[in-house]
Amino acid sequence: MTVRVGPWSVRLAPRALLTGALLLLAAVAVSVVAISTGEFTVPVPDVLAALVGEGTPVAELIVAELRAPRVVTGLLVGAAFGVCGAIFQSLTRNPLGSPDFIGFTAGASTGGILAVVAGGSALAVSGGALAGCVITALLVYGMAFRRGVQGYRLVLVGIGANALLLAVNSYLLTRANINDAATAGAWLTGSLSGRGWEHAVPVALALAVLLPVGAALARPLRMIEMGDDAARAVGIGVERVRAAAVVTGVLLCGVAVAAAGPVVFVALAAPQLARRLTRSAGVTLASSALMGAVLLTVSDLAAQRLLAPTQLPVGVVTAAIGGTYLAFLLRKDRY
Amino acid sequence: MADARLYGSDLTLAYDQRVVATELNVAIPDRSFTVIIGPNACGKSTLLRALARMLKPRTGAVHLDGSVITALPSKEVARRLGLLPQSSIVPDGITVADLVSRGRYPHQRLMRQWSRADEAAVTEAMRATDVTELSDRIVDELSGGQRQRVWLAMALAQETPILLLDEPTTFLDIAHQIEVLDLCADLHEAGRTLVAVLHDLNQACRYATHLIVMRDGQVVAEGDPREVVTPELVERVFDLRCEIITDPQSGTPLIVPEHRRRVSSPA
Repeated sequence: MTVRVGPWSVRLAPRALLTGALLLLAAVAVSVVAISTGEFTVPVPDVLAALVGEGTPVAELIVAELRAPRVVTGLLVGAAFGVCGAIFQSLTRNPLGSPDFIGFTAGASTGGILAVVAGGSALAVSGGALAGCVITALLVYGMAFRRGVQGYRLVLVGIGANALLLAVNSYLLTRANINDAATAGAWLTGSLSGRGWEHAVPVALALAVLLPVGAALARPLRMIEMGDDAARAVGIGVERVRAAAVVTGVLLCGVAVAAAGPVVFVALAAPQLARRLTRSAGVTLASSALMGAVLLTVSDLAAQRLLAPTQLPVGVVTAAIGGTYLAFLLRKDRY
Repeated sequence: MADARLYGSDLTLAYDQRVVATELNVAIPDRSFTVIIGPNACGKSTLLRALARMLKPRTGAVHLDGSVITALPSKEVARRLGLLPQSSIVPDGITVADLVSRGRYPHQRLMRQWSRADEAAVTEAMRATDVTELSDRIVDELSGGQRQRVWLAMALAQETPILLLDEPTTFLDIAHQIEVLDLCADLHEAGRTLVAVLHDLNQACRYATHLIVMRDGQVVAEGDPREVVTPELVERVFDLRCEIITDPQSGTPLIVPEHRRRVSSPA
């Protein structure tokens, strides 16, 4: 389907549009449920009043200070993981090229644990995670580089780095005192519990810069999936696009982990789920972002409500929900 | 030489430490169907990759329309010179029409993703390669011959006056090889400059208007196949003793390798 206005034209796939609209609807629905229900129910009209500062003090506290920032953080972090996963799966032409597998998430964890052990504040933990992610990425990319980076080399080097970092993380936990270890352990599962606007705003600012960059890279990345020569033949500066994509992907991963801890599986599952729903060829960034946002917020809702009053960390649920859904889609897979 | 649209001068071609060719001078005659041929590892694909700016020469330069090719914007080059690489990766789940339309990338911009010219070029490329019927099929599910026609259609959709093909007939059976080469001959007749790396000397003689014969990174002979292909040349380049007769179908040289033992005549 093509939309032409004067000299401009945009190409749209109906199925991708429909999927995008449905995912957007799902994100809104989950947000509404997560904000208005719970131990203390706030009817939807009161939610809107509270958000614009016209509700009762109790409703305002619950909606605007407790629930809304948590949902917003979940949506943003989910989108960041989704796009980051899509970028690296596209670069490596491999679903296993997700940051969860190639060491980036583990490196962020190492940075976070080090900050916890050093007695750092929550901000220091976030900073440690971001730094850990970037340093790991630089090392992995540097080691995989030989006349450009081949996807399989990046995956292999990344898997090695991942194993090494997981060992380091375990070692750090065993050496830490019991309180630090408990704090770090909880953070390591990934959680949105207690996230306020101070978490949501930095992620929002980062995404405001990184998502447009990702959108501009989407088309050349799709071409590079056909091979470096094929992409160069149509005029793409392969190494330049790839470097820009790596930087964007790593920052997205780092920002997401800094805000919510190393939540597993969203970066792996969101692009794969999105691809199967849209039936598009290769990896798509926009639908991966939406799918990541929905996946993480649905998981967080389930983590809060399924075993209430026991609160699970969201990382436990993302693996369960994402994995089951992916298995279901793969079972009837044609694409 | 400098009057050709595409030529390379004083090229040293190398991968890392391994030098493949030195002091190589090659010009592609405009509107020719040039075929590069030679034994394995003679540097023919390397030369083609250098002409297509896939490989940066260590010394010397490839020129396109009078400019050093690497100094031109890559997208600009891609509107004049296309390449069918030796192997490309089919994206999962892509349809034929979708893949062919990717050849239009150098003509597109973020806000001009699908002009009427794009549509016309894709339709024409699919018609020329006879894949219109397959347009909604998934490329992964096609046969090798069909898939190669689809890749060729993508290169055609790019609408470049010069088209480079790296072993376009590899992995195809004889009928599909001829089909692809006939298609190339049609494209050449329609006015394009074609450069192909081929393995089969007889096919090269039949289709080429200009032959470049290489060995050990050097051009040993070049010109009209009818003039350059001799038993001495074949022996010098391929270490193969042969007899050359005239192809009864095309009138071009046909290489008949010498048989090691005299065949006993049938009883």
